[in-house]
Amino acid sequence: MYVAVKGGERAIENAHRLLAHKRRGDQSVPELTLDQISEQLGLSVDRVMSEGSLYDRELAALAIKQARGDLIEAIFLVRAFRATLPRFGASEPVDTGAMRVQRRVSSTFKDIPGGQILGPTFDYTHRLLDPALAQGFVPDAPATAEASTAPTPRVTDILGRDGLIESSPQAEEGASVGDLTREPLNFPADRDLRLQNLARGDEGFLLAMGYSTQRGYGRNHPFAGEIRFGEVEVEFVAEDTGFAVPLGAIALTECQMVNQFKGSATEGPCFTRGYGLAFGQSERKTMSMALVDRALRARELGEEALAPAQDEEFVMSHSDNVQATGFVEHLKLPHYVDFQSELGLLRKLRKEFTDAQAPDAMKEAAE
Amino acid sequence: MDRVTQHNNQQAQRKAAMAVLAHAEAGEIAARLRDFTLPDHQDLRAPESGLVMLRGRVGGDGAPFNLGEATVSRAAVRLASGEVGFGYTLGRDGEKARLIALCDALVQSRDFGGAVERDVIAPLREQLMVRREQAAAETAATKVDFYTMVRGEG
Repeated sequence: MYVAVKGGERAIENAHRLLAHKRRGDQSVPELTLDQISEQLGLSVDRVMSEGSLYDRELAALAIKQARGDLIEAIFLVRAFRATLPRFGASEPVDTGAMRVQRRVSSTFKDIPGGQILGPTFDYTHRLLDPALAQGFVPDAPATAEASTAPTPRVTDILGRDGLIESSPQAEEGASVGDLTREPLNFPADRDLRLQNLARGDEGFLLAMGYSTQRGYGRNHPFAGEIRFGEVEVEFVAEDTGFAVPLGAIALTECQMVNQFKGSATEGPCFTRGYGLAFGQSERKTMSMALVDRALRARELGEEALAPAQDEEFVMSHSDNVQATGFVEHLKLPHYVDFQSELGLLRKLRKEFTDAQAPDAMKEAAE
Repeated sequence: MDRVTQHNNQQAQRKAAMAVLAHAEAGEIAARLRDFTLPDHQDLRAPESGLVMLRGRVGGDGAPFNLGEATVSRAAVRLASGEVGFGYTLGRDGEKARLIALCDALVQSRDFGGAVERDVIAPLREQLMVRREQAAAETAATKVDFYTMVRGEG
């Protein structure tokens, strides 16, 4: 046994050395810089920050480089890194209403105050591969227009003024904010924990779950009330300063889903909502998150909860791709002892089966 | 002016300076401070990096929830004359946090407050505004101008 372990060590060391070589690839090709990844693969960086649950573009770029572009591996690296730093505290909640908007669209109202702003989007592109990008492409300078100073209120705020949509649940006085990185998850989980879970959840998983609600597994008739992307300022109440200190700005995407109405004996019918928020420009992620957030409110809204997307234990237990990949991929680690015992059991069962099949032959042989 | 108002004014001034400095690069702040005859000062807290949990609100305006963490650096600097400055910034650039702390201490100083505003904060603010205006102008060009096509039925 001891010998086998030593042999494994050398093989592991050499495998990692080979990995480093493969990661670098053909050395006559220039090496990628972190700036190149951050600037030119920005949406990968955004995804790694969101699901790695750590806003730091440079670290996310490093993780992507180290993981050879495997984003789930990169997310894993970022999660592991965050465990090495002390936590200073929690920020003041960001105000997405005060976002410096770079994109803002609504599929519910054409003429929203502040307007429909397309920003940098893949929407309306023809999805044809562009050979011009293959080398040395220099884009035209962006067009400019006079910027409006008019505010861009959230669409849900506009609907809210007429009581046409439910208002956001407010925190109870002195209530603490749930944190699933500090306390183990219990069910049923409150909306703060659900949103934290979804915000760091796998985009592909949330996309499939959100899609399933559209296809009828927990249908909730969504409209994209508003999607906005841009920068918000972050403030942190530091103990030593005694006031909320500006930390700088982060890029966020927010999606307000407007869903089918509900009413009760005491309240008139109004639209319900689902909410999505993520780091960077993460539109697919926040839209999926908002669909799933709304689906998970089924019980609260008195709907039948029969579909997977409405089952919070199912969704929240399977949304984390670091946990998921850890459990799936651990199958390739040595299970020799486990397997030996399975094998022993199987041999025993097969012998019993053979013995039962041919009792006469056995008897004869015994005699 | 009573003492409370004075305190609040200074706090607002410090916060406004920090809001500009947090958006600048360490190199840009250092370059602005280079032409400055700095008073004696020392690190009260050496630069360190850590995490701040960023919070959002349900629906944008409801109860808070934890969105995810961010790296944050902090430092504290004390001038020989006694003013203590604090520096906080997103990211892992400890030197930037130290420079912000130094500026925060200078902002509070009777002798240096005016000069640091004029020579460091104001030019960086101007630079930040130019960048933001450029970004806003580029964004504005992507705003949709709807026009209605009248159909037969009216």
